[in-house]
Amino acid sequence: MSKRLVSKRPVPPPTAATERPVTRLCLTAVALAFLALFLVLPVIVVFSEALAKGVTVYLETFDDPDARAAIELTLLVVAIAVPLNLVFGVAASWAIAKFEFRGKSLLITLIDLPFSVSPVVSGLIYVLLFGSQGLFGPWLEAHDIKILFALPGIVLATMFVTFPFVARELIPLMQEQGSLDEEAALTLGARGFRIFFTITLPNVAWGLLYGVLLCTARAMGEFGAVSVVSGHIRGVTDTMPLHVEILYNEYNFVAAFAMASLLTLMAVVTLAAKTVLEMHYGDALARTTRI
Amino acid sequence: MLKEPSAIPGFGLAFGYTLFYLGLIVLLPLSALVLEAAGLGLDGILRIASEPRVYAALRISFGLAFAAAIIDSVFGLLIAWVLVRYSFPGRKVIDAAVDLPFALPTAVAGIALATLYAPTGWLGGLFAAYGIKIAFTPLGILIALIFVGLPFTVRTVQPLVAEVDREVEEASATLGASRRQTLLRVILPIFAPAILTGFALAFARAVSEYGSVIFIAGNLPFVSEIAPQLIVIKLEEFDYRGATGIALIMLTLSFAILLAINLIQAWSRRRLGGV
Amino acid sequence: MDIRIVGVSKAFGRTGALRGLDLEISAGELIALLGPSGSGKTTLLRVIAGLEFPDTGQVYFGNEDATGLAVQERQIGFVFQHYALFKHMTVFDNIAYGLRVRRRGTATEIAARVGELLELVQLTDFAARHPRQLSGGQRQRVALARALAVDPRVLLLDEPFGALDAKIRRDLRRWLRELHDRTGHTTVFVTHDQEEAIELADRVAILNGGRIEQVGTADDIYDRPATAFVMSFVGDTSAIPVGFDGHRPSFEGRAFDTCLLGPHRGPGLFYVRPRDVEVTAPEAAAITGKVRTVHRTATGLRTQISPGTTDTLIEIELDSSAKVKAGSQVGLRFLRGRLFGVRG
Repeated sequence: MSKRLVSKRPVPPPTAATERPVTRLCLTAVALAFLALFLVLPVIVVFSEALAKGVTVYLETFDDPDARAAIELTLLVVAIAVPLNLVFGVAASWAIAKFEFRGKSLLITLIDLPFSVSPVVSGLIYVLLFGSQGLFGPWLEAHDIKILFALPGIVLATMFVTFPFVARELIPLMQEQGSLDEEAALTLGARGFRIFFTITLPNVAWGLLYGVLLCTARAMGEFGAVSVVSGHIRGVTDTMPLHVEILYNEYNFVAAFAMASLLTLMAVVTLAAKTVLEMHYGDALARTTRI
Repeated sequence: MLKEPSAIPGFGLAFGYTLFYLGLIVLLPLSALVLEAAGLGLDGILRIASEPRVYAALRISFGLAFAAAIIDSVFGLLIAWVLVRYSFPGRKVIDAAVDLPFALPTAVAGIALATLYAPTGWLGGLFAAYGIKIAFTPLGILIALIFVGLPFTVRTVQPLVAEVDREVEEASATLGASRRQTLLRVILPIFAPAILTGFALAFARAVSEYGSVIFIAGNLPFVSEIAPQLIVIKLEEFDYRGATGIALIMLTLSFAILLAINLIQAWSRRRLGGV
Repeated sequence: MDIRIVGVSKAFGRTGALRGLDLEISAGELIALLGPSGSGKTTLLRVIAGLEFPDTGQVYFGNEDATGLAVQERQIGFVFQHYALFKHMTVFDNIAYGLRVRRRGTATEIAARVGELLELVQLTDFAARHPRQLSGGQRQRVALARALAVDPRVLLLDEPFGALDAKIRRDLRRWLRELHDRTGHTTVFVTHDQEEAIELADRVAILNGGRIEQVGTADDIYDRPATAFVMSFVGDTSAIPVGFDGHRPSFEGRAFDTCLLGPHRGPGLFYVRPRDVEVTAPEAAAITGKVRTVHRTATGLRTQISPGTTDTLIEIELDSSAKVKAGSQVGLRFLRGRLFGVRG
């Protein structure tokens, strides 16, 4: 013990299990600087570029018929894809959380599969199925059914990419709830769907809400997969993110960032909702929400 | 199917629908990929992989994803630590913002980052003064990949930081360890499996990323062209085979990474007894 | 190493604060810090360790002022309530940790020292195990060996037996006492269990509200409690409010004879142990009361009697053959008791 300091040290370390205040300050500063650089600045850029020529110009960009068509198409895709994935998510989590069956972990892995597939590959598989040289391509052409480069292809690709979101929110939440409440309802004479709507649903409503919100945000914003299957027909098969790309490549930055600002708002709302739900409904949501 | 009969109704309906929908939306389309790949054969895939432009794109994708995942792991650990351990105004908001790359559409992130790091942009301008180009170079790709991977590393480590027993750190201090020794010998080994998991997730995500990269990349063959971009190019040329080959190579690697994640988790559970 | 704590205060938002506390611990002593939860006993232990720093006051290790010394520089051994073993290390590595971070000797020397300690805590065969493969009692001993490895100047234990079964707790208590007698480390341990404190420690320091009420041997605190708190905290007591006529205490105006212990003579509270009360016929007694409840215990009968008109209750232990019925009227004779003035 060579460094033994006799008498009083001016400021003793507050506790042994933390860093010195200077170190803490530095680490916090570095972490915040990194987050500001990588997360906050891009969001600010979106709005600053969108509003670069004033609010009027910003609002006028939405008068463009192609922009409107892109927004309408995106909303239509969301309106089809999200409810379908919602029904699937509920069915899958009911089967997985309330029953024990063989091959359960395989099923969970398969549900997670779209997460580990590159968005471009997610588009590619639909091209291989429905493209002119694809499996069903010639047959579809002969019967004059358009899937690729049309609405059905975009919806399918979006469904694939956002497939796991609702299920993934619900499965852990339902597993945590167990089956006791449902069994109690059974003894009281309730049946099937009534049990689900009166007992199960209220217990997982917030997780469900967040899952749907996340699914919606991702469905609106999907770029890679949709880009491959859409064909980029302006005003017809251009979704919002695709329209952002077109405008950006045309150097129409204000319009590109104006469209981007809508998508950014959706993302921010999703995160805000998550934060609020977490604060109100405790860590249950936080624990189950694996990104 | 059921291991034991259950009083709760609806298994047949729920399970049946789950399988049907899974098959229709996920398995059937993926089987098209398998079918196409079977037509290619191993030879065909290897031939595609050895095309110079494909090889270069794969190398760029995997190399930069690796580098980005390492940077994400370091900063993810730091950010998780700061968010859990230190209190400062706005912590809750910043904590929520960590998920931004996950929620923000990739195309939006792409044009925002490209604008920010272009030679005329706010940050690109700063670097341009020193002759460093970021946007439209591999450095730009790296920036985009760091962006998309960050939430994965932060969110895998964060719960562990919150769970670590303060007494363990105090115990280390009472035994004479300096703060640095405690962090390196006690804290880091506890976090190691989670850091590895976060790294693998960020890496897998970065390898497959497309939207946020293409705007900032410049897409110069052999220099800043990533593998997913090459798939898109092959598809535009109606070269389904070539596109499938690249996709298959990427998928195989992704699955290998998923497997590695599971092994890491199983190993850490065995070693740390359920932590 | 003797330890002196002089005028130590530590304010907290919550409980566990210390308010100007003094304590002297002599070298080689085994002392218990006993008190209810929130009394500041764990805070005091952590102040000695250097895990907390006092707002005012000094901590001396021998003649050295250790107040400003960081925990790493104090050379103490600390056993945490939940052991805080390093889960990713083997038992061997846990014990060797302190030696390694302090660079005490070569690998061979460290291995030899760890071997000695493993033998001391009778865990030689468990060196390669991980903590989760051990029972609670074994983990406790690993934690102890780890703390002893660095030759601490003082050994500090926070509720060392709190997380163990009653049976293992008794065995470990005896074993720890033997270990202390063999190694002679100055040892301070925190407990809320008076039986544990009295059985294990040379001296017991009783804390309440961030102050020390009394320090002494088991006999001191049990037979000569310095304050009303000590009297009521250690062992069972009943208290009745009494007046004082200059010679005898009186309850509700009726003076009674008793052997008065302690220095206080005046109105206040009269504390009496259950076995120091006798039940007599009501006619002859100065104080009478109504029997409220009678319970059979392992050794006899425990009754609650309310004397007089207030809701004061007196607990008495009686032979199982005693004929006392709930609702009956009895006389009470206090063989001895202790008088304390009411605080404040």
